Amino acid sequence: MADGNWLVEFPALGRKDLRSIQKSIDEGFREFSRTYGQGLEDFFEPLLHFMIWFERLLLGAPWWLVIIVIAGLSYLASRNWKLTAGVVVAFVVIGVFGMWEDTMRTVAIITVCTMLAIVVGIPIGIIMARYDRVQATITPILDVMQTMPSFVYLIPVVMLLGIGRVPGVIAVVIYAIPPVIRLTNLGIRLVDKDVLEAANAFGANFRQRLFGVQIPLAMPNIMAGVNQTIMMSLAMVVIASMIGVKGLGQPVLKAITNQYFSMGLFNGLAIVAIAIIFDRVSQAYGLRIQKHRGVGH
Amino acid sequence: MAKIEVENVYKIFGPDPQGVLSRAQAGDSKEQILAKTGHTVGLHDITLSMEESKTFVVMGLSGSGKSTLIRHLNRLIEPTAGRILVDGTDVLTMNDADLRQFRRTKMAMVFQRFGLLPHRTVIQNVGYGLEMQGVDKKTRDDKAVEWIETVGLAGYENSYPAQLSGGMQQRVGLARALCGDPEVLLMDEAFSALDPLIRSGMQDQLIELQEKLNKTIVFITHDLDEALKLGDKIAILKDGRLSQVGKPEEILLEPADDYVAAFVRDVNRARVLTVDVVMRPPRLRLTTENIDAALNEMKGKKAEYGYVFDGDTFRGVVTEDHLVKAAKTNGGGRSLFELADDTQTVAANAVLEEALPAILQSNAPVAVIDDAGQFQGVISKRQVIRVLTEHREEESTPA
Repeated sequence: MADGNWLVEFPALGRKDLRSIQKSIDEGFREFSRTYGQGLEDFFEPLLHFMIWFERLLLGAPWWLVIIVIAGLSYLASRNWKLTAGVVVAFVVIGVFGMWEDTMRTVAIITVCTMLAIVVGIPIGIIMARYDRVQATITPILDVMQTMPSFVYLIPVVMLLGIGRVPGVIAVVIYAIPPVIRLTNLGIRLVDKDVLEAANAFGANFRQRLFGVQIPLAMPNIMAGVNQTIMMSLAMVVIASMIGVKGLGQPVLKAITNQYFSMGLFNGLAIVAIAIIFDRVSQAYGLRIQKHRGVGH
Repeated sequence: MAKIEVENVYKIFGPDPQGVLSRAQAGDSKEQILAKTGHTVGLHDITLSMEESKTFVVMGLSGSGKSTLIRHLNRLIEPTAGRILVDGTDVLTMNDADLRQFRRTKMAMVFQRFGLLPHRTVIQNVGYGLEMQGVDKKTRDDKAVEWIETVGLAGYENSYPAQLSGGMQQRVGLARALCGDPEVLLMDEAFSALDPLIRSGMQDQLIELQEKLNKTIVFITHDLDEALKLGDKIAILKDGRLSQVGKPEEILLEPADDYVAAFVRDVNRARVLTVDVVMRPPRLRLTTENIDAALNEMKGKKAEYGYVFDGDTFRGVVTEDHLVKAAKTNGGGRSLFELADDTQTVAANAVLEEALPAILQSNAPVAVIDDAGQFQGVISKRQVIRVLTEHREEESTPA
């Protein structure tokens, strides 16, 4: 590369330099995971226990009880008999086609992921809405999380935590959390300035503004974010099965490697069914808690 | 002492208001400052004093700084310089907790676009101020129901704002402001978004309420008719500076500059000016009971009419012709007090439009009586005509 040929060929780093850079990054990260890996695992221990407990609960309970509970929750959330009937039919069909256990595992992990994403994502969105500087910092991070191919961040997660449920959940949450953060931020920023000013003029403090005005008025956007997060978690479940997450993803993975078309199709359709159920029920719930919007003059 | 004192308040918008302040204080105009520094002068050296239990109206067109000014009073906007005293306490020295307490208890605001909480029902909206004060739900709801009734919205307690018309929503806004029993009511173009008919109704309702409540009201408007109707005192703002501060009749009859004059030109004076503004002292007060003595006095002063008093009590008006006739027929036996005609009087606080029929029917200037029945002065056709037409004459004289 010493000659003038850089005009023709891009003056890339030499293979050796490149390898030493990669090596030092890899070693640095390996060092990091050796030092902190155990600590992180301990940190996520309660999450693991909760997930195992929840999965066992769903798998251990009689199938009809699970369906009744799910149907009951759907009705409570949506107050819609048709939707509830659809939910029951979908779960019965899934059971008939022999996918009950995998579906329960998937429902368990999706529920945990969604709750985690909400618990972590909404506060981040609130802080972003309050401080422009935080927004400017977090937005590019979210961009990376959403565009980085998901396989790529499976690598460090696996290096840190091995394979299993917890790394799977973390991978899913990383992939699925951006919408709820973004839409919480957006929703709060879009709250009518006049209403907020009125709350201020009546002496509302930060907490009263946040819980009395901003979050209720941002609800449509926050619910849209939650909805997107659920959808994205479901999409990620298949990929997460590569690192040992059990559920509907694993048969799909098996079907890909062995070219079992019908197996892939059935499990894929089961994921679609769960996705539609989660979507419709969460949307109906979102609409119902904002009944003031439905009452035009 | 005044309830609210605004002292030398400046507000400059832009990245470095303090740096630009000295220019504004040196007297540079808004345009100069904008051209040289890119800063906008929102308020320029505003000094105002607002009396307790009075309605103070700030009037100006959009961009005049009136909405900025009212937001300084409860510190929704911080001034660049100056002091704002409420009950003698400088609002600007309060910390966050004090300021919240101050907003909860002392001042309540009504907004142009209502500012109602769309996810709360009418009763929850009206009780909002009390909720901020930490009042329990039961008391809050009881009080809210009372105020909802007062503003004429009984039956709508559990409606959402989106179900109500604009006028009804602003009634909710008004009830919400009053429900916390504030000392000061800040009304930011509160009626501007309403239809003319509803606006007029709301103005009447505010006047009616104010007679009972005696709050200190600061009312912002771009509508001079509204300002004249509601204001005990009016401040006129132009480009962030005060053009004139005065009583409605002062604004109307003695506009301080061309800007104010242009504003007041189209005002229907008959609807704004009250009788006591136009009235004069009578030419002749007769305090004797004797008709001949009275006649002599009238001739001596060359007065056609006399206003008869029994001590301090007004007995009526007499004309010279009438007295001459009476003197001939009755040899002065009757008392002047009986002769005097007290059937035609007008109220001191009536607007000219209401008093006009009585004034036009009577030959003599009509006696003006206040609420307590006391004689205040007289008002003649000529005075009324002059005051109603003088600005038109000005208009017709070539400039």
